[in-house]
Amino acid sequence: MTPEGGRAMPTDRSRGAELAARGRLPPERVALVDLLDRLLAGGVVVTGDLVLSIADIDLVRISLRALITSIRAPDEPEPVRWPGTPRSVPPPGTPGDGCPP
Amino acid sequence: MAESGTYLYAIARDAGPAPPDDVPGVAGAPVRTITHDDLVAYVSPVPLDLFGEEPLRRSLEDLDWVGETARAHHRVVEAVARRAPTAPVRLVTIYSAEEQVRDLLHRRHDDLTAVLARVAGRREWGVKVYADPAGSSPAAEEPADTGRPGTAYLRRRQAGLRSRDDAWRAAVAYAEHAHAVLASVAVAAHRHRPQDPQLSGRDDWMVLNGAYLVGEDRDEEFAAAVDALRGQGVEVELTGPWAPYSFTALDLGPAGEEDGR
Repeated sequence: MTPEGGRAMPTDRSRGAELAARGRLPPERVALVDLLDRLLAGGVVVTGDLVLSIADIDLVRISLRALITSIRAPDEPEPVRWPGTPRSVPPPGTPGDGCPP
Repeated sequence: MAESGTYLYAIARDAGPAPPDDVPGVAGAPVRTITHDDLVAYVSPVPLDLFGEEPLRRSLEDLDWVGETARAHHRVVEAVARRAPTAPVRLVTIYSAEEQVRDLLHRRHDDLTAVLARVAGRREWGVKVYADPAGSSPAAEEPADTGRPGTAYLRRRQAGLRSRDDAWRAAVAYAEHAHAVLASVAVAAHRHRPQDPQLSGRDDWMVLNGAYLVGEDRDEEFAAAVDALRGQGVEVELTGPWAPYSFTALDLGPAGEEDGR
């Protein structure tokens, strides 16, 4: 498989050790999407106790879907590549994989 | 003038951490604590004309708003988690008054204590594995040239699809393997759903979006396990350490919505 991933950062083998040694990532450098994974799907859920049922997961899911739609270019098709739908057919004009000699 | 609600960030053991006065909460309000027995809740007031159900419905569709709120929430959680075992609370959890929060600490005391005991001395790490859809599997070699460009194109395309399929299967299998390896070093593991490419900004397949609760004394071992998973045609990304967001879900709702996936 390809050894280098396009625009991958020069992250490297020592990153784990380095992170572990350095302690926590400054909050402003945390990727929002990683944070949302945790803030929307994790954490103490206290729906049973809430007076305002704002942590309602359905509400959050619906809203996120809208959010995703809103930041997608209007003419772009739905990406349906994951999970479980591996074969998004390449658009016409991109014949299969690149063809290295 | 707006009524206000009580926004809850996190619950910790009352090991004495004062509210982080240099860290404002959402909407810029100062964070305060509510203590009950040996538990402490971190809260701040929020105006209900912005944080009521209807306004929130609209706000949650505004990425800037979500980002700002999530970061404010996260800053408070971080400040607390640095000093004591902490159970972060899900984004936008709002009570009508502080009394309700005190009541929560009282009624759920044992559950909360159990959760805090589980995360004490442990931190969460995130590991994402990406695979290249182009496959790169050796099976994707060029079909023989038949001399007919149309046929050659179709064959090439079929081979492309096949290799893509193979690549997917291989990547998924690798993700299972990676998850098992990492979970064996961790105290607990949780798989978040893969991130939408629109949000992650990446075209390749995210086949693993895992969270691992790891004892602080095993950080190095965990990092080494992550490093050992690199190569193999996948990209492995490590994030953290996080407050134990993915491991403090309390099944308190009437419906028991935690499905463990």
